[in-house]
Amino acid sequence: MNQKHPYDDIPGTYVFDAEQSRKGYHLNMFCMSLRHRDNRDAFGADEAAYLDRYPMSPEQRAAVLARDWNGMLRLGGNIYYTSKLAAKDGITFQELAARMTGVSDEDYRNMMLAGGRPIEGNRYTWEWDNG
Amino acid sequence: MAEIIAGVACSHVPAIGVAIDQGKTDEPYWQPLFQGFERSREWMSELKPDVAIVVYNDHATAFSLEMIPTFALGCADAFQPADEGWGPRPVPLVQGHPELAWHIAQSVILDEFDLTIVNRMEVDHGLTVPLSLMCGQPDAWPCPVIPLCVNVVQYPPPTGNRCFNLGKAIRRAVQSFDRDLRVVIFGTGGMSHQLQAQRAGLINPVFDNQFMDELVSNPESVTRIPHVDYLREAGSEGIELVMWLVMRGALDAEVRQVHRHYHVPASNTAVGHLILENIR
Repeated sequence: MNQKHPYDDIPGTYVFDAEQSRKGYHLNMFCMSLRHRDNRDAFGADEAAYLDRYPMSPEQRAAVLARDWNGMLRLGGNIYYTSKLAAKDGITFQELAARMTGVSDEDYRNMMLAGGRPIEGNRYTWEWDNG
Repeated sequence: MAEIIAGVACSHVPAIGVAIDQGKTDEPYWQPLFQGFERSREWMSELKPDVAIVVYNDHATAFSLEMIPTFALGCADAFQPADEGWGPRPVPLVQGHPELAWHIAQSVILDEFDLTIVNRMEVDHGLTVPLSLMCGQPDAWPCPVIPLCVNVVQYPPPTGNRCFNLGKAIRRAVQSFDRDLRVVIFGTGGMSHQLQAQRAGLINPVFDNQFMDELVSNPESVTRIPHVDYLREAGSEGIELVMWLVMRGALDAEVRQVHRHYHVPASNTAVGHLILENIR
């Protein structure tokens, strides 16, 4: 297998490197705008119209509207930016994490209380592929 | 002559700030975490430093993708706590120390660390949560603060070795300031945590505790940890730990560990904390 970056074999992780940052610039700057209340209100009033202000790809736009949190990351979103969209929706960081990992809020919270996701079995993509 | 007398390492999880601000620190979920900082607040009030340099990262608050300084030093008179999307934290205005900050900027630039000088900057939970943990909820922070903001959001952050050497340059800068000031330096962020995608929730206490052991007694070995090891072993956001090395580089080679605390979880994160003093 040809690996472009030393971190490409880390499972379930999008490293926000140059390629991701270039791809996700407008998506992230849209999320950044939600730091301000008037923008949150304008976005809430008409999401599609508000998104017209940002020249995102159709895929990025669809991911935002569908709240496809992992999709946004794959398309260049960064978690510190996409979490502002989550905050606008009233979703805490921990609830957001639960959604990205595909478990219920309660299951995720219990996993964290039990010490979190263990490192064993979660270092390399091949450990997931075989599971 | 000014001198750096002590260092503090401390996570800066936003949920900790929320728990403090909403009076939840005695709740069963939070109590074990905050108990570990009782000693720290006593230590801080006894130490009475004249200035605190706080090494932290901005989380898409003051800086966005428009501008990404690797190292940015706050030289302003004051720094406003930011509204990060749910209203600003109810914490005091952060007073700066422009005289020392500008001196550090000039000194480290001539020492070949080309950092960015910032005269206007809001500060987010990355800076205010450690202040709250170490100082409680005062009407005013006990001393002026010099924010040193490190990019750890856009990959790649500076290397651990670069951070360590910047810490040494800051130490030289402080020592060449001709006023008697006792300075404490904070390295914040970490420990292991991953906030994003399918591997979110990763915690690695073995890595974290080894990191703390080595940071205290053998920091040179920590400076050699490559970025991919942080990403893999400590989670994609665990790479914030490079900021602890700025603090460690600013201290003596041999230090006394005054206090250590480790707790899992705070929201999605492993919380680590060290208080280190120069032996003199």
